[in-house]
Amino acid sequence: MARPPLLIPRPEGLYCPGGDFFIDPPPPVPRALVTHGHSDHARPGHAAVMATRETLDIMAIRYGDDFTNARQPYTDPTRIGEVTVSFHPAGHVLGSAQIAVQGSGQKIVVSGDYARVPTPTCAPFEPVPCDIFVTEATFALPVFRHPPPQVEIARLLASVEAFPERAHLIGAYALGKAQRVIAAIRASGWDAPIHIHGALQRLCDYHVAQGIDLGDLRPATEGKKSDFAGAIIIAPPSAFAATWAQRFPDPVLAFASGWMQVRARARQRGVELPLIISDHIDWPHLTATITELNPSEVWITHGREDALMRWCEVTQRAAKPLHLVGYEDEAE
Amino acid sequence: MSLSAFATLLERLAFTPQRLGKERLLTTAFAEQTDPQRGLMLAALTGDLKLRQVTPSLLRGLTETRVDAQLFTYSYDFVGDLAETISLIWPEGTRSDPPLSEVVHELATTPKTRLPALITARLDSLGPSERYAYLKLATGALRVGVSARLARTAFATWANLPLPEVEEIWHALTPPYLDLFAWAGGAPRPEAAARAPFRPVMLSTPTDLDQLSALDPADYAAEWKWDGIRVQAVSDGGTRRLYSRTGEDISPAFPDVLDLMHFDGALDGELLVRRGDDIASFGDLQQRLNRKTVTPAMLRSHPAGLRLYDVLIWNGQDLRDQPYDARRATLTQAVANLGPRIDLSPNLHFATWNDLAALRLNPPADVIEGVMIKRRDSPYLAGRMKGPWFKWKRDPHLIDAVLMYAQRGHGKRSGFYSDFTFGVWNGDDLVPVGKAYFGFTDEELKELDRFVRNNTVERFGTVRSVARTRVVEVAFEGLNRSSRHKSGVAMRFPRINRIRSDKPASEADHLSTLQAMLPPEA
Repeated sequence: MARPPLLIPRPEGLYCPGGDFFIDPPPPVPRALVTHGHSDHARPGHAAVMATRETLDIMAIRYGDDFTNARQPYTDPTRIGEVTVSFHPAGHVLGSAQIAVQGSGQKIVVSGDYARVPTPTCAPFEPVPCDIFVTEATFALPVFRHPPPQVEIARLLASVEAFPERAHLIGAYALGKAQRVIAAIRASGWDAPIHIHGALQRLCDYHVAQGIDLGDLRPATEGKKSDFAGAIIIAPPSAFAATWAQRFPDPVLAFASGWMQVRARARQRGVELPLIISDHIDWPHLTATITELNPSEVWITHGREDALMRWCEVTQRAAKPLHLVGYEDEAE
Repeated sequence: MSLSAFATLLERLAFTPQRLGKERLLTTAFAEQTDPQRGLMLAALTGDLKLRQVTPSLLRGLTETRVDAQLFTYSYDFVGDLAETISLIWPEGTRSDPPLSEVVHELATTPKTRLPALITARLDSLGPSERYAYLKLATGALRVGVSARLARTAFATWANLPLPEVEEIWHALTPPYLDLFAWAGGAPRPEAAARAPFRPVMLSTPTDLDQLSALDPADYAAEWKWDGIRVQAVSDGGTRRLYSRTGEDISPAFPDVLDLMHFDGALDGELLVRRGDDIASFGDLQQRLNRKTVTPAMLRSHPAGLRLYDVLIWNGQDLRDQPYDARRATLTQAVANLGPRIDLSPNLHFATWNDLAALRLNPPADVIEGVMIKRRDSPYLAGRMKGPWFKWKRDPHLIDAVLMYAQRGHGKRSGFYSDFTFGVWNGDDLVPVGKAYFGFTDEELKELDRFVRNNTVERFGTVRSVARTRVVEVAFEGLNRSSRHKSGVAMRFPRINRIRSDKPASEADHLSTLQAMLPPEA
């Protein structure tokens, strides 16, 4: 008899029959293993959730303490039913992990979202040898070669210097990207206060509590308009459209995202200063990672499956798209 | 100006939202740069560099020697701009920073057979943003949100010269515009040296009955709006030229019209195919367009002529400062001697706007696409300003069709599924009848994009086939027979007028409805 598969894509998400759990399921399920705290991967309402301690903390911050009945912080490789699971850093956001599932002589690594550009805000990606590597494909097109973040921050600081009378407003998602940007600004030697939108406060506080130095952060709501001349302000992108942005003097709108590599995307958002700063893997790193791990099979979760399938075909690697629903196709 | 400085300028222009900000960037560049670089920069922005040998297919071919063709197709589909896709996907090489003049010169003078090697070598030795600027230069379509007019306006502002005078001589100038920049520096104004120069055309803005009711009809004259090509016919000391309204010289394709131009002056009118007293449809005129030359057979079967609206210059006298009524009086006299294939577009008689509305509803010919309304005291001005001239177009035809296929858009719609193929019922089947990629609001585009992403049933490369459940109201200007389309019909200027979320697909229109709108068979 053929051995039952370790993981199978189901409408609810990626399912492990041997351990009776789902990985990153969008709808509520009895038992979920969660790679990281972004809302399309970490949903509230599961009966039990296993994740890194940081991811569980982040879920509690976002959804409240009752987001699940049973929190199971991951510490060491754990037996669940007929399989063993282990969590390994993914380099995406604080607490993010790849989940390795091992059983009946096979090992699958579900990378979740991952990145290989170093950041002080989370542990670096750990390459885990495996038979099947399950990868995202958010930026899986050869046009995506993200420059080093310091190059982008240098452009930001040059703009701040060129327009001392204007505020610089950077759009960045609240979990991970905001802190990644702040840490990169600090690494470039900018010591002045950075002003943050209220939606970022608790997650930034949490990063600081975990020992990550973000420097002098202040609420963006305190002060007169003129106080923000020459200032850097970080806010979730949705705040740009609101009257919230009007409190700042003639703001330069910046946006920190891997999509900013495509000019039309930046212009559609009305962005004046596109900053190519991503917490997803770009094309050279993605293809290098697959080459390095050299799994016997590649499964592709979400993003530009077609192109990654083609690359696998050209390099003679077995690959299949999972067509999972519920994950953001072009979030970042 | 180095290529990298030009690349930086393009980047800043593309991301500076306000017109004034863009103008400032340009005036700074004019001040900082020297000849001939600044003139080449200006020509690149106004679209006057004309390096037409570099075609998109040439560039695609070059790229496919470096990158897998299929990966390139997926990337282009995602990015939505050829030059940008190539600049991002081209493998990294060495970095150099040649002067703008050097790359322009070599692109202009290298024989076509040696271009591929030249361009490849350049792409290999530039960084990504310089590659982008280089490819934009080479293909001529900058798309950085700067119109030719804005570039000329910025020049006039920087040079402290009157814009109309700059516009007036523009078409006689050639890059790198040394005489123009000399004029800015105090030298005499360059003469519009070439005979029969183009003069900037006066344009209208759309209107409707609501807006018109605030105006006194006695102040306005009206004419039919003919569905041909707006042209300027210039005859100057024996030199005759026919220009499109953007100043493109289309004389070579219309020798029959040049033969009719026995006058000395510059006239504004509509280019039409005329058979005896009949004006042929736009489809007939289309046969004559976009050709470098024209065959005798085509001249016989599709003879062209003019129907005149206005006069700018007559027997050496510039009439543009005169009021419309005075110019029309001159034109009426002038046209009497020009023969049967050049005539006057008559003024319409109306006392009230409702009279004009009634005329517009029942035009005497199919080839009329509405009415033009012009202030009787308006001088002939360059450009499109609101007030003196209005166009009041015929209402479009409307049908309800079902969305069938979608593709990602280009340019500002890049990334959105914005190119739609729609169909109507033919028996129990849907048959595609057209494609549209505009007409919707930004909000509607988001809704359609979401619909496509959530209702894809099949993918063919970059094309998505969608569930046949969404009805859209399609507006179009006319319908022609077509042997190229399975449905047998081809729409003119189709666009998505609105989304009919209220309508099930089964209630969309049938092909027979469209067939009934077809003109009689020729």
